[in-house]
Amino acid sequence: MDLRAEGLSHAYDGMSVLEGIDLSIPAGRILCLVGPSGCGKSTLLRILGGLEQADAGRVEQVGEPPEGCLNPLTYVFQDFALLPWRSVAGNIRLGLEEHRLAAGQADAIVADVLARTNLTDFADALPRQLSGGMKQRVAIARALAVNPAVMLLDEPLSALDAQTRELLMEDLIGLWTRQPFTAVYVTHNLAEAVRLGHSIAVLSRRPGRIREVVHLDKPLADRIHMDADLEETQEYLWTLMREEARAADAELLNV
Amino acid sequence: MSDAVARQVPFRGGGFRPRSIRWVGVVVFAVLVLLAEWGTRTGWISSLTLPRPSDVLKTFGELWTSGMLMKHLVPSLTRLVVGATLGVSVGVSVGILIGLFTYVRSGLVPVVAALFPIPKIALLPLFVIWFGIDEGSKYALIAFGTFTPTVVATYGAVDNVDRTLIRMGQSFGLGWVSIVRKIVLPGAMPGILSGLRISLAIAIILLVAAEMLGAEYGIGAYILEAGALYDLERLFAGVAILSVLGIVVSSVIGLVERRLLRWRA
Ligand SMILES: Nc1ncnc2c1ncn2[C@@H]1O[C@H](COP(=O)(O)OP(=O)(O)OP(=O)(O)O)[C@@H](O)[C@H]1O
Ligand SMILES: [Mg+2]
Repeated sequence: MDLRAEGLSHAYDGMSVLEGIDLSIPAGRILCLVGPSGCGKSTLLRILGGLEQADAGRVEQVGEPPEGCLNPLTYVFQDFALLPWRSVAGNIRLGLEEHRLAAGQADAIVADVLARTNLTDFADALPRQLSGGMKQRVAIARALAVNPAVMLLDEPLSALDAQTRELLMEDLIGLWTRQPFTAVYVTHNLAEAVRLGHSIAVLSRRPGRIREVVHLDKPLADRIHMDADLEETQEYLWTLMREEARAADAELLNV
Repeated sequence: MSDAVARQVPFRGGGFRPRSIRWVGVVVFAVLVLLAEWGTRTGWISSLTLPRPSDVLKTFGELWTSGMLMKHLVPSLTRLVVGATLGVSVGVSVGILIGLFTYVRSGLVPVVAALFPIPKIALLPLFVIWFGIDEGSKYALIAFGTFTPTVVATYGAVDNVDRTLIRMGQSFGLGWVSIVRKIVLPGAMPGILSGLRISLAIAIILLVAAEMLGAEYGIGAYILEAGALYDLERLFAGVAILSVLGIVVSSVIGLVERRLLRWRA
């Protein structure tokens, strides 16, 4: 299933945040969204997944979601959004409970995603007992459990330290390589964008418009840490963003 | 550099984390009672101002052996349980509705604000006419008195539920009922339970008020009768029962909190 956005515009209390966004996310690919602070990335992601209504434009699902997909558009949030009163397994089960699954099937799915995210030993732990990196792995496991057609990730790694980020990045790449998923990945971090994105959309400062979409053909599995090609793309992205970021920064000061 | 004076960095991160140690409370009670006993025995406190704790205990013993304790306690507890259950369950439901629906909130918050400051005891005659002189009016008084604080605590607690968790629920396609049951209610539980402490204490206060009117048996009736006769020993025996009731209710809530809120560290 592809996801397509046409002419999205949005304003908050008369302040235009997004203007004329056209995007298309083909199945099995990861689109990274980068842009200066406050340019409307999170807003765009909320609109793409139906958590917010755009003032203009439409978002379409093209084609049917894959077999066994329980929740076509599934989020991974920056602040994890785990239910603190549920165990790891209980959190992962949340999205499954809404569906009438055959007896034992939910347990099988939970066991499977726990294994895929290396969380099997922590099935009964409560969120407060987990580190930030583990919490985000639980959130990723929870998203994988519903077998989404498109995963929507809003800066999933920004609340984590650099080492944990690197580990989780490898996890994400591993998960994608074994079983490609479709994703929109919002990030501040250009290094993450070039590691994970098949295409990278650069947004301008507020009101956010698509400045350019950069495509990267190198397979995800071959993109190693501090790869020269990637550095080059990253440098290019930074030149695109530099003035925008500076201008956005100055604007925030003048509010 | 090397001859500079070395001072240890002073620790300044302590405090602001009260724990509760059970025996300290017991000691405080014991000291207060012993002080009263000592004061009344030496004549430092006159027997008109305070009864001797040992006499109160003796009165209590008589109450127990004569079987009158149960005769007073059972109807009181029934009134408390029925009234408080009614008030709390309606209060929690209304509080959740106020917390979730714009029109319910706009319509009912002013009503609750208007009802809250009314001393419910003042309405007792009215309740007698509405619900009869028997148990009905007593249940109604306690229910009504626990209702308002429960509502206020509940909708405050619902307001404080993390909205990102609710958005998360919606993003996983959870239905309205599931979101309320699995996210809103557990998230509001800490606030609801601490509101319950206040509501149930108010219920005990109103129990005595309710028994002022046409109750033959009941802790309240017992205390009022003792008061009318200026029988301080019996008065204090009755008051002590209310205090024990308060402690029991509070520790039951503590137990429920420890069970339901284990996730809170
Ligand atoms: N619910 C809201 N009501 C009003 N204004 C909002 C709301 N959400 C976001 N905004 C504003 O819209 C603009 C875009 O916000 P958004 O969170 O989408 O930006 P972002 O690109 O995700 O920023 P960041 O990089 O800081 O995460 C910001 O100026 C923000 O203040
Ligand atoms: Mg954001």
